Amino acid sequence: MAKYAKRERSTNTLPTAYSLQPAACAQLRGALALAALLALSACGNIEPWVKPYEREALADPIMSFDAHPISTAYTHHVFEAREGARGALGSAGGGCGCN
Amino acid sequence: MAGYRLQATRDSKNAAVAADLLLLVFARCASLAARPLLSCGLRPVACSLSLFLVSSSVFGGVLPDDRADALYHRYEGGGVTIHGPSVLVRKKMAEKYSISANYYMDMVTSASIDVETSGASEYKEERKQYSLSFDYLRGKTTYSLSYTSSEENDYEAETFSFGISQDLFGDLTTISMGFSKGADVVMRTTRDTTTGQRIVDPTFEQDIERWSYRVGVSQILTKNLIATLGLEVITDEGYLNNPYRSYRFVRPEDDRKFALATEIYPRTRTSNAVALNAKYYLSYRAALQGGYRFFSDTWGIRADTYHIGYTHPLGNTPWIFEVSYRFYDQGAADFYRDLFDRVDQQNFMARDKELSTFKSHTLRIGASYEFLRDGTGFFKKASANVFFDRISFDYEDFRDARYSMLDEADPAFRPAGSEPLYKFDANVLQIFVSAWF
Repeated sequence: MAKYAKRERSTNTLPTAYSLQPAACAQLRGALALAALLALSACGNIEPWVKPYEREALADPIMSFDAHPISTAYTHHVFEAREGARGALGSAGGGCGCN
Repeated sequence: MAGYRLQATRDSKNAAVAADLLLLVFARCASLAARPLLSCGLRPVACSLSLFLVSSSVFGGVLPDDRADALYHRYEGGGVTIHGPSVLVRKKMAEKYSISANYYMDMVTSASIDVETSGASEYKEERKQYSLSFDYLRGKTTYSLSYTSSEENDYEAETFSFGISQDLFGDLTTISMGFSKGADVVMRTTRDTTTGQRIVDPTFEQDIERWSYRVGVSQILTKNLIATLGLEVITDEGYLNNPYRSYRFVRPEDDRKFALATEIYPRTRTSNAVALNAKYYLSYRAALQGGYRFFSDTWGIRADTYHIGYTHPLGNTPWIFEVSYRFYDQGAADFYRDLFDRVDQQNFMARDKELSTFKSHTLRIGASYEFLRDGTGFFKKASANVFFDRISFDYEDFRDARYSMLDEADPAFRPAGSEPLYKFDANVLQIFVSAWF
């Protein structure tokens, strides 16, 4: 019931958002478009603050999140089979199917 | 952008770095996979394992190294022993294409608490899983397709997966997304009344459809620190029950005992998981790693996973040692109860301990020994590895029902609902050899 109540409240707020004057809406859209454009433009100009020649430590095999993919996959399998959680497994986790 | 490209002499090392950076996003292609549907308390996950293997080969800007791995795995704990091989081979072609294949097998012997509580006897079974993936690198974009098939005598699963990743900002950032679609067939075995042999029940066959959506970003933060952030949404629809498992309820004629009835699960489930992982290079050549994952789903389960690890090469020797600790904390599903008051008490009822409230602690130690470090013949290098995990599960609302199954005259007898909480430890061993060519 809480979910439905929340959804209802959310729906009720929509008319307020759309009750802005058309001119205000246009200004808002324009501002958002400009912000998006600036953001994209800025992204294009981002200078990598860690240069390629400064990545020696990161390139060391011990820095790998998954130096042993066949082992990582199995480990994830072991945990996944025994836990309710699933998904977004990165450098840790597991999964087999056994109780 | 060319100025940011790695020098050719560093390509192989940087390939490994780039590979790691994207790992998070695809680390869970296995997500379609299915929750373990257990036959009498045990059912290997349908297709998660090799999907992970396949998907982890998707990297932005570089393709994974050519390598072959052969692993033997063994799990023992809670009355269950599972062991078997896994073989993974990856091969690049023309620096633009990559193919990988994986074969994985579980050989199971189970007399778990679920099996004992149900009154069944120890059983054995096998699961075989095959997967194939294809990656295509174009500029800084990698496209990936994969297929996985898993087979058991009473469970089949197929999964298709697609992924794309892109390097940005001088390869400091990698963004990626993926989608998977799975289809499972759930069957069950029964005993033939004439021969006494276990056969697949011809009157029972159910389907499950699964969808997984993943996005992720990896980021080089400093010269010594990298981090990954991933989000995954998984939806299942179909027969999500375990056809063998039962919930228990107080026996009407004797409230010191319990009776069993088949579990009833919702036919849909949607889960969200977000994970943040980071790894830091220590100046004396060692690595420190940490991670956190938050999970919630429409069944009311919420879980937190924490992980720290340390990797330490032993000077200039071929040895590398690892140690790590993982803590997992889970809240129960809304429809989970250890002991229901009566049969058909509510619409959905489960007593799967994987849906209960529990914590687990995992301590790992591992060692790797590199050989052929200068290459020889066909191989560039190789390593032999041993990992050992000790996992302790402590359940907070799942009781050891075997105590109330005893004769009431037995001193160890406990009435239903007042048995000791269940706990067990598991040992997980992995021995594998890797070779790069």
